[in-house]
Amino acid sequence: MSGSANTPLIEVADLGVRLNTSRGAAQAVRKVSFSLRRGETLGLVGESGCGKSVTALALMGLLPDTAVVSGSIRLDGSELVGLSDADYCRLRGNRISMIFQEPMTALNPMHSVGRQVAEPLRRHRDLSVADARREAIALLDRVGLPDAAKRVDAYPHQFSGGQRQRITIAMALACQPDVLIADEPTTALDVTIQGQILDLIAGLVEERGMAMILISHDLGVIAENVRRMMVMYGGTVVESGPSAEVFARMGHPYTQGLFRARPRLGARKGTRLKTIAGTVPELADLPAGCAFADRCALVEKRCRVALPAAVEVGEGHQVRCLRTDVSMVDGAGALTA
Amino acid sequence: MSGASTATAELPASVPQATGFWRRALRHRSFVLGGTLVLLVLAAALISLLWTPWSPYDIDIAAKLKPPTPAHWLGTDAFGRDIVSLLLVGARATIMVGVIAVGIGLTFGVCLGLVAAARKGWVAELILRMSDFTFAFPAVLSAIMLAAAIGPGMVTSITAIGIFQIPIFVRVTRGSANAIWAREFVLAARASGKGAFRITVEHVLPNVLPVLIVQATIQFALAILAEAALSYLGLGTQPPQPSWGRMLNDAQSLLFQEPSLAVYPGAAIAIAVLGFNLLGDGLRDLLDPRLARER
Repeated sequence: MSGSANTPLIEVADLGVRLNTSRGAAQAVRKVSFSLRRGETLGLVGESGCGKSVTALALMGLLPDTAVVSGSIRLDGSELVGLSDADYCRLRGNRISMIFQEPMTALNPMHSVGRQVAEPLRRHRDLSVADARREAIALLDRVGLPDAAKRVDAYPHQFSGGQRQRITIAMALACQPDVLIADEPTTALDVTIQGQILDLIAGLVEERGMAMILISHDLGVIAENVRRMMVMYGGTVVESGPSAEVFARMGHPYTQGLFRARPRLGARKGTRLKTIAGTVPELADLPAGCAFADRCALVEKRCRVALPAAVEVGEGHQVRCLRTDVSMVDGAGALTA
Repeated sequence: MSGASTATAELPASVPQATGFWRRALRHRSFVLGGTLVLLVLAAALISLLWTPWSPYDIDIAAKLKPPTPAHWLGTDAFGRDIVSLLLVGARATIMVGVIAVGIGLTFGVCLGLVAAARKGWVAELILRMSDFTFAFPAVLSAIMLAAAIGPGMVTSITAIGIFQIPIFVRVTRGSANAIWAREFVLAARASGKGAFRITVEHVLPNVLPVLIVQATIQFALAILAEAALSYLGLGTQPPQPSWGRMLNDAQSLLFQEPSLAVYPGAAIAIAVLGFNLLGDGLRDLLDPRLARER
């Protein structure tokens, strides 16, 4: 739509999300900033509960009413934080779309898949029933659903998991959104299907010039599918940069631990998976300083005083750590891993 | 490995396709029995509109308390009225009270329940506390209060029973609707830009409908009992309009001389209540997606 190729399509600055849980307020997201241009892809990695999904829901405006969002989210220059629900409804599914983790439950069992794919078109594009149906068939065909024209009136339970994920992708892409958020789109699928779905998403993102945010806990998925990545821990971005650069140099002790903890083929029999000692801190009582301090081998007193500032360690590569001098010695956190 | 097991565990809570539904329904014992009993009561009410052996209003003191004869199949009551005719016409009051009272409860209860589920916060609190308040009043007490205000009669009993039904439907609706709101397809629908109203109508309501159908049949049985109780107490249907509850009331004074007078309306009430309960049980099984899978 509007905006030249150089102005960011989506710009997030100092995003903070405070959730009111039964155990008191929890700062689920702190100081998250990034910007994405049309056609760019960004990966969000981290363990469960690190704030990935909350960030995504904040972008979609789908957080519970009790959540407090601070900072700014701009889409094509217009502010989304504090937007009324009615205005947000006009954006969701139209300019920003989301693909969910569980294709088994992301479709309404009571409606035919054609109707569900046609729905956003009827809403946002004002298409007639017949036109929306034709468009839905074309979309289902594009996402690789076999026999789309025949199966458009079938119900979700008549499809397999992979097929259902294709259908939810068709739903998300119906109105040609500018931004696509994919929240663990392949986690619930068989490994063989995973690659196909990710290729499909990557193809569609390129074909339509969308910006994509891919959320995953799988470093392999991130490495292969996005150009830039952010590693999240305890609600903050601990490391961000071009994915090739991040994987090559790994500045943050947490990123290094995450990398070491990945399962590998060809490891010697009996080798135990490396883990990161300790557990993820409760978001309700995060430590004052670095959230990773309690699990970090390089921790010092000053780490616990205040949240470390992000340090630029390379071209667009930032690490939120005070000890990059040690962690990145030889520039080879990954090599020692 | 998990593919097959999740696929079966996540089978949708849909109303099964019509043909499969009836095929399973006709093999379901309590559904068939309940349905038959309910149809029997319905048929009695419908027949009474066209024909009754005698007029239920004709008093014939000379023919009072007759035992069953070819002319009066079940005999006559203390005023010489034909029992069969009274039972047939009484079915009308029963069905009417059930339909209207459950209708009132469904309409208001489901709307309020859906709103309470869609709008958390003070709106939901207000609805729930109000329904708790209503629920705390026994139906009979509210009927007595209403009768004091507008006088006893069918309208009074229907209103009182209807109001008594509302909080039950509020709770059932809100409970199931909350569960639906937590499902991912609702999140997906929100992500595609739908507002709370459209999600409620298009996604939540169809998915709570099976639960509501079952609850409605059970409430129907309760409404019939309540109507009989209120008429028995003289707060419901007024003479000379016959009703099963009134017939029980009339029979009470002659319980030792002519116990059969109480047996007939009592049996009729039992049949209707049993019928709707069995029908509800059957529907619960038939509409349960986990059981539907095993067909």
